[in-house]
Amino acid sequence: MSAVLEQVFQVGFLAAIIRIGTPLAFATLGEMFSERAGVLNLGIEGIMLLAAMAGFTGAYFSGSLWIGVLAAIAVGALMGALHALFTVVLGLSQHVCGIGVTLFASGLAYFLYRLVFGQQSVPPSIKGFEPVPIPVLSDIPILGPAVFNQFTLVYMAILAVPIAAFILYRTPWGLSVRMVGENPRAADSAGVSVVSTRFQAVVLGGSLMGLAGAFLVMAQFNAFTFGVVSGRGWVAIALVVFGRWDPWRSAGAALLFAFVDALQLRLQAAGLGHIPYEAFLMLPFVLTIVAMAFMSRNAVAPSALLKPFRREER
Amino acid sequence: MLGFQLGLSVTTPPPLIEMRGISKSFGPVKANEAVDLAVAPGEILGLLGENGAGKTTLMNILFGVYQPDAGDILANGTRVSIRNSADALAAGIGMVHQHFHLASRLTVLENLLIGIPGKSGRLDRAGALVRLDEIAANYGLRLDPDQPVSALSIGEQQRLEIIKALFRRARLLILDEPTAVLAPSEVDGLFAALRAMTTQGLGIIFISHKLNEVRALTHRCVVLRHGRVAGRVDVPAETTALEMAQLMCGHEIVPPERGPSVPGATVLSLDAVSTAGHGGMPLREVTLSVREGEIVGIAGVSGNGQRALADVVSGMLKPQSGMMEIAGKRVAAFTPREVQALGLGRIPEDRMTTGLVTNLPLADSMVLPRIGTEAFSAKGLLKPGAIVAFAEAQIEAYDIRCPGPMVRAGALSGGNLQKALLARELAFDPKVLIAAQPTRGLDIGAARFVHEKFLALRAKRCGIVVVSEDLEELLVLSDRIVVMYEGRIVGVLDAADASVSRLGLLMSGAGGNA
Repeated sequence: MSAVLEQVFQVGFLAAIIRIGTPLAFATLGEMFSERAGVLNLGIEGIMLLAAMAGFTGAYFSGSLWIGVLAAIAVGALMGALHALFTVVLGLSQHVCGIGVTLFASGLAYFLYRLVFGQQSVPPSIKGFEPVPIPVLSDIPILGPAVFNQFTLVYMAILAVPIAAFILYRTPWGLSVRMVGENPRAADSAGVSVVSTRFQAVVLGGSLMGLAGAFLVMAQFNAFTFGVVSGRGWVAIALVVFGRWDPWRSAGAALLFAFVDALQLRLQAAGLGHIPYEAFLMLPFVLTIVAMAFMSRNAVAPSALLKPFRREER
Repeated sequence: MLGFQLGLSVTTPPPLIEMRGISKSFGPVKANEAVDLAVAPGEILGLLGENGAGKTTLMNILFGVYQPDAGDILANGTRVSIRNSADALAAGIGMVHQHFHLASRLTVLENLLIGIPGKSGRLDRAGALVRLDEIAANYGLRLDPDQPVSALSIGEQQRLEIIKALFRRARLLILDEPTAVLAPSEVDGLFAALRAMTTQGLGIIFISHKLNEVRALTHRCVVLRHGRVAGRVDVPAETTALEMAQLMCGHEIVPPERGPSVPGATVLSLDAVSTAGHGGMPLREVTLSVREGEIVGIAGVSGNGQRALADVVSGMLKPQSGMMEIAGKRVAAFTPREVQALGLGRIPEDRMTTGLVTNLPLADSMVLPRIGTEAFSAKGLLKPGAIVAFAEAQIEAYDIRCPGPMVRAGALSGGNLQKALLARELAFDPKVLIAAQPTRGLDIGAARFVHEKFLALRAKRCGIVVVSEDLEELLVLSDRIVVMYEGRIVGVLDAADASVSRLGLLMSGAGGNA
């Protein structure tokens, strides 16, 4: 048993948590902004996939990873705008439109990928990001190599959390976002445009989802496959609830999920032969369900979540 | 009025706000037609009218929610165009809506700062606190800036709405039914603050159904009827409430006759009933009995346990301890079906959610509580003919104004919905009736109708419990008035001994040993 533990908790373990947690953190923050403004974005899974495809293609042909990242962000924002057009401007059902956006974006991603790359026996790949050690900090034992010898996108995710909290709690725009998610009529009567505030929040959320997709193809797998997202978007929706719509808690939820995911990978590798590997694969999802069952009892969603706003309706 | 304008037009400043010839139609309905109205600095203008008279539409036009079809709005003598709330705020108009526009999970300060540009990209907390102190000093309106709105009482939330308008430097404040939610003592505080504002040159438009308050507070009144100005009252203090009411509804008003009370056997009794909190104030050891042929009024400031009481009696909330009997039989399960079977009729507080099913045909809603009885279904199948026939008969008997029994219930006006509910409950001769806020939101005519039905029911030996925040209503109807405070019964008054001031004292929790 101690041999197993040893293999599990090596230095690389912490680094793995951070790497697995990064795309989840981006996606969770993106979904959180959208939901804080009162718009559930079930398009997240498809948006991440299409953005990943766009990011990979951009990087593949331009030779610049950052152009790929920008392409992913742009496509994420664009798909966010599409969802906002349906749900905010036209006031349609957020559930139905979100699922529609996921189906549309996923289908588009498959189609465009085939169109651009055809069917190749060996899938094309790119040379992904290299870790960038941060001077001094990366010399700290254990923590240094795990946290401060990472990809630039990881540092961006770490910075994104306090920035998101600052925007949400300390700026007029953040207050408007929270207000349109709680009581849009109050925001409207205070002269705040509900439609444009929600639109902006959903587009910002979409760009963060795009960043999550970019990380998957440019730092984690260095190739695009149709299974590259594989449910991470859906998990992010659960993590937002788990994180009670708060940036810090949401990021914490992403880390917790990443911890269990990293753990199950190690346990699989440790070769506990008599347990089928599928059981380990299930572990993070089981944890999500259990955690949700306990935590979401006290979680209170933004009051106006799922409710379209129409001006002259009483 | 005319003379006043001619004589002093040279020296008086222009009105803060003037509306000229405002008309607005919704489809074929003319909500406002050629309405003129002006408010001078330091003036409190009363705006009166029955429901549907067009008061709210007019004020929504002034606040930029609707655009008028015709007419002009002038601020300080210059024409302004108000396309949205932001324009209205910029023109110095602030509005306190009847249903507050607050986000309950955000703090007082956050609700104040919404829509206010920040200082170098951040929320300007320091500046806001300075402004809050100014408002507190000038008008005596104070609140803890860091409390979440959910922790505020209704009166405090209203204060926050007023502070919000002043915070945006409103010169004209519109208050839509501000006293409907307040205890008498809180009303005094509100009026004092409003008077303080007028001394600083602010103008106020005060919308209310309560004519005595209008007489006490306002300098001038405009009365609307069917969207038009039906009359103006220049000296409200010297005009009787009856005269105003007649202007509002356009005909004579006679108060309902109430015969002497001849109570009989007890039909409803609660013995030391206590409940757990279910999102509101719980009941604490409430003991109450209602006899046949008697109307018992339940008075109290909103949120002092009246809702729990109504829920217990109607079988929607099971008490933690204590006992309840209807017509001598002990209630065991506390389900709506059980209490109905024992002979209870129920007029719920919220007509739209627990009263009728707004998206179904009116006829279906009208038989809903008794859908399982032989009259309306057999062998698991509905009898549509019987259901429609029943609804048609009630529509006829109660003069419910609607296109027919198959119309969507939600399409009816509040008064007609209430008539439909009354018809539904009264058709089965209840032994006990519990009615919560039975005339809330109804105009004088519809309220009269409801009161008459209650008194007729009383004459038919039904025991009636009326929960109301309208003390005038309770005084008109009740044989006894029970006052609730913090989930307890703190006083029982005979109708003869009751007055608004005595009730008000008890309702504020001050009369502990009455």
